[in-house]
Amino acid sequence: MTEPHSTEAAGARVARLLSMVPWLVNRQGVDIRRAAAELDVTESQLRDDLALLFMCGYGSMTDELIDVSTEGDQIHISNADTIARPLRLTRAEALTLIVALRALSHAEGVTDFDVVERTMAKLEDAIGAGPDQPGDLGADTARIAASLDDGSTEETRALLKDALARHHRVALRYLVPARDESTERDVDPMRLAVMDGRWYLEAWCHRAEDTRMFRLDRIQDARILDVDGTPPAQATARDLSAGTFVPRPDDLLVTLALEPGWEWVAEYYPTESRTVDPSGVTITLRAADPAWVVRLALRAGGGVRVVHPTELAAEVGRAAGAALAAYDQGGDANVAGESR
Amino acid sequence: MAPPNTPAAKTERLMNLVMTLLATRRPLPKARIREIVEQYRTAPSTEAFDRMFERDKDDLRELGIPLVTEEITALFDDEPGYRIHQRDYALPDLALAPDELAVLGLAARTWSHAALAGPAAQALRKLKAVAGDADSQALVGIEPRLTTSEPGFAPLLEAYLDRAPVTFAYRRSATDEARVRHVQPWGMLSRSGRWYVTGQDTDRGEPRVFRLSRIEGQVRRTGKPGSYQPPTDHDPRAMLAADIPRDPAGTARVLVRTGHAHELRRQATGVTEAANGWQLLDLPYADRERLAGDLASLGTSVRVVAPAEVVDATRAVLTAAAAAHPTRGGQSGGGGEPGNGGVS
Repeated sequence: MTEPHSTEAAGARVARLLSMVPWLVNRQGVDIRRAAAELDVTESQLRDDLALLFMCGYGSMTDELIDVSTEGDQIHISNADTIARPLRLTRAEALTLIVALRALSHAEGVTDFDVVERTMAKLEDAIGAGPDQPGDLGADTARIAASLDDGSTEETRALLKDALARHHRVALRYLVPARDESTERDVDPMRLAVMDGRWYLEAWCHRAEDTRMFRLDRIQDARILDVDGTPPAQATARDLSAGTFVPRPDDLLVTLALEPGWEWVAEYYPTESRTVDPSGVTITLRAADPAWVVRLALRAGGGVRVVHPTELAAEVGRAAGAALAAYDQGGDANVAGESR
Repeated sequence: MAPPNTPAAKTERLMNLVMTLLATRRPLPKARIREIVEQYRTAPSTEAFDRMFERDKDDLRELGIPLVTEEITALFDDEPGYRIHQRDYALPDLALAPDELAVLGLAARTWSHAALAGPAAQALRKLKAVAGDADSQALVGIEPRLTTSEPGFAPLLEAYLDRAPVTFAYRRSATDEARVRHVQPWGMLSRSGRWYVTGQDTDRGEPRVFRLSRIEGQVRRTGKPGSYQPPTDHDPRAMLAADIPRDPAGTARVLVRTGHAHELRRQATGVTEAANGWQLLDLPYADRERLAGDLASLGTSVRVVAPAEVVDATRAVLTAAAAAHPTRGGQSGGGGEPGNGGVS
């Protein structure tokens, strides 16, 4: 919702009014509540705006002023010919749409590629037609590469979008890398959303009996079931602005020491605390599943050292020792024999 | 009229000025504008009016309104006139179909949690004003979003668009000290939700990629707009991609337990049944150390058999992990590890 009008700067309000008038001119008699909703303002703000417009014109004679009527809560506006068309898009406005459209055109399956291309062509035409467009907007936007393409497949995206639109349940085979598990579950799709540059399916999971986020590039297989997939009433979408990882207070608190080259761990995961001293970086974070901490520490080969809890540190040591022992002993003789 | 010196009074004045300059068929001298626009007429002095008018012109130009200065006639040879040409002001008719409008709505929403949320919403309002209504059912439940949590995003984007060189403090890693860099921005790109700026590092005389989350403090301009031109063939994606090795260095042969190593299996180019409960994967790899890390993370579920360089690298990673994690823990309550940097 737009900020309260009492603090809105004059320039911002002028910009809003100059796009509001053509919208109303093209929808004579529109209900004031619908107009407020579509224009994303409160009804009282819209009434204030209309009262102000009533005072505006290209002179001070009555026939030079805009005429506004709100009788029966239906808005009629006339004598506004000079501003009956919206202002051209500014460079920043055109840029936002073109950069986003280009990113969407690389996310096939979510949007119809042809529609996106068609829309982009019309938009570029309309912008390019201006007499004094500064610079070459096409070249400028081409060098701003926003990405909505994450390695998930077009087939997965298209299938889930279809299930979402038709409200069908979906059977997923889903990879959980933290536990190196492939899981089967039936889900009712709620939305397809991007977080931190990756596509996720938010859905009601019938196995967990809760809402879950599924990363699309970890969906190994998806099948639309011939079952109604309307999520149950208790399925509530989560607030995505918090990011991908939302630690819970009862998750295990882990202290990790990061050697040079592994500081990215502190930037990548939300940390509870972080200390930097000459010997390196030490962080604490909450882990819902200790298994991924073990995997991270194994992968890092000492670059990420589990300091606390000590039992988890010992588990890393034991896992590394067991894996090494397999190499030292040549492992299962059968296996070694086959492979050499 | 709204009470003077309020935002409402100024809004009214700017609206009247826009409509007056759009309505006129010939450029209007300042004196005439003062007669027409009521709020100017009541200005206490000519000087006060002049100041007000200058500010208002700037405000309108800031909004992208093409206010121009033109010569009036020979009679007023010194004095310019002002007007706004409808053909320069008005958005041309786009004739957008409902599905196209829906896609534009999605494009605008993509920025709704980012620095460009304002311009995106305003652009959509303008387009909706002249179009019919969007196909509101077409894209329900689809929420692409681009985020720009890095404070440097907006100033760098503006600097790039203006071709203005900048300076900022940058650390190459979390422990590195921040160093002052001078950069001519050539482009920007996002990957995995993070933004990067590409450009010429003028201290080093070479093109570089900078991650915005590693910029500390303010991004400041060091030169005028139009100070440089990015190379016409510059492609930020290609530049970032060049930092990452792509060509496979070789193919590793890796034994994996049945029902394990799911992520590795997806990268394999070949799978053969090995002994009881094991499969043998052919696994192309670009970076030996990275593959060694992947293999080490899977513990006893995998065992690499060839080539020797990957076997050695994997054993080295596991040996280092074992050395950093003594197995006698559990009862000692956190004390006793060597090299514990005083962490509780």
